[in-house]
Amino acid sequence: MVTVESTVASTWDVERIRGDFPVLQQTVNGKPLIYLDNSASSQVPQVVIDRGSVYLEQEHSNIHRGVHYLSQRATTAYEGAREKAKRFINARESSECIFVRGATEGINLVMYGYGRKFIGAGDEIIISAMEHHANIVPWQMLCDEKGARLRVIPMNDAGELLLDEYDGLLNERTKLVAVMHVSNALGTINPIKEMIGQAHKYGVPVLIDGAQAAPHMPVDVQDLDCDFYVFSGHKMYAPTGSGIVYGKIELLEKMNPFQGGGDMIKTVTFEKTIYADPPNKFEAGTPAIASQIGLGAAIDYLNTIGREQAAAYEAELLRYATERVSAIEGVRIIGTAKNKASVLSFVIDDIHPHDIGTILDQEGIAVRAGHHCAQPVMQRFNVPATARASFSFYNTKEEIDVLARTIERVIEIFG
Amino acid sequence: MSELSELYQQVILDHNKKPRNFRKLESANHSAEGYNPLCGDQLTVYLNVEGDLVTDVGFEGSGCAISKASASMMTQAVKGKSKEQAQTLFEEFHSMVTGELDAENDENSLGNLKIFAGVREFPVRVKCATLPWHTMHAALNKQEQISTE
Repeated sequence: MVTVESTVASTWDVERIRGDFPVLQQTVNGKPLIYLDNSASSQVPQVVIDRGSVYLEQEHSNIHRGVHYLSQRATTAYEGAREKAKRFINARESSECIFVRGATEGINLVMYGYGRKFIGAGDEIIISAMEHHANIVPWQMLCDEKGARLRVIPMNDAGELLLDEYDGLLNERTKLVAVMHVSNALGTINPIKEMIGQAHKYGVPVLIDGAQAAPHMPVDVQDLDCDFYVFSGHKMYAPTGSGIVYGKIELLEKMNPFQGGGDMIKTVTFEKTIYADPPNKFEAGTPAIASQIGLGAAIDYLNTIGREQAAAYEAELLRYATERVSAIEGVRIIGTAKNKASVLSFVIDDIHPHDIGTILDQEGIAVRAGHHCAQPVMQRFNVPATARASFSFYNTKEEIDVLARTIERVIEIFG
Repeated sequence: MSELSELYQQVILDHNKKPRNFRKLESANHSAEGYNPLCGDQLTVYLNVEGDLVTDVGFEGSGCAISKASASMMTQAVKGKSKEQAQTLFEEFHSMVTGELDAENDENSLGNLKIFAGVREFPVRVKCATLPWHTMHAALNKQEQISTE
């Protein structure tokens, strides 16, 4: 049977794509680098590096300030990147896209700006059992400060959220739902459109942590009807220090600002400050201009190679890796949801993931070993940590073969 | 794979599989909990100290092969030693895995703990090897919790 996925996979020119990424052209411990830690941070293509160089060599200045030539060029490039982000997620207007330094800062921005203003004693915030610490700790901080309560949507043994339980948690005290689109530890793709619809029946706004989704699948915030959507640039082929908070404009307008300072004001006197309109209201101080322009270039790159095709190729890589790795005796996959992104978390009986990670590294293979900033997920599956291989459209089946052979070698060493 | 085979020597693999003194010491008058938030290694070290002498040692917890084997061999090394000797071993072990002490040529009392010298080639694993020692040190000095971060 020829599926759409396998058709795309066979036409995906991975060698040409790999040529776009200079970091992949190196050896580690005498072996070709096999980079399977994309969920932690992805690599940067030459066009994004070049765009950053052009900015630094020819356009650098502070934005929104000067009347001079360079400031105008820098501002145009920076605001151009915001426009690209707007189209990338299909926001209604670019002022709904706030530049932040990553998803963590984005969630904190919503906690400070929205949570501290609209959530109080006795109110409830719903998160899920698979959240990254970035989508747990800010809400705990808010609950501690306000006397609000954190409720948690449980999941099954495959790593899928229990939607009936979720429905039972929603009530008139619920003031916010904050869930991840794709799990960094398990790979699960959550049915967020349905979950957003459920919350909206109670008039509850929903924040989606899209850090692991934005690099792997098209995102349409209008179709999802989410109230906030946050993602990091460095997980989608842009430099660190870049990222976006999308918020519906009517929410952004009534929120408190995040940090105070320059560029987020209309007028300042010692008696009173009038804040700027979104997005500037949330962007105090000089931002990471070069990084955000890099994010714009990374979005262009993703559009050029084709997001749908990249996603189909990654789905084929995940299918192949799951088949190869789960066939090894003693290996157990953690996270077996029906709908998954290209993340393969696994454990081996009696061998700690850190030891697996060190031995793989000796073969040039980069994986993440640890709790993935999701300690409650580790507790749920009763493991101290997992090893995680996460795949990008520049990885190959041959690399997965090396991964599988080296996992077998790990088991041999520990006999 | 030579550096690797130096890291995962048979003795270390054996202590990982069958850790010695792997038990809670009910009679312990000193204990401390050690935690490495980077990788989730977690252990509790129990000491029974009478006068100046460490009369018994035990540990519990979970961690990688390096931390488990290091904990197992730490308990064997420290048992029966004076507080001062235990302190010296702690300092020498730490210097060895961070590359400050050449265990083969510099004077030391490390004995079979020298097999951990290979850890210095793996900078991210140094904390795995030293966690049990830091925890033992904390227990000896009546601190209750330590973290390698």
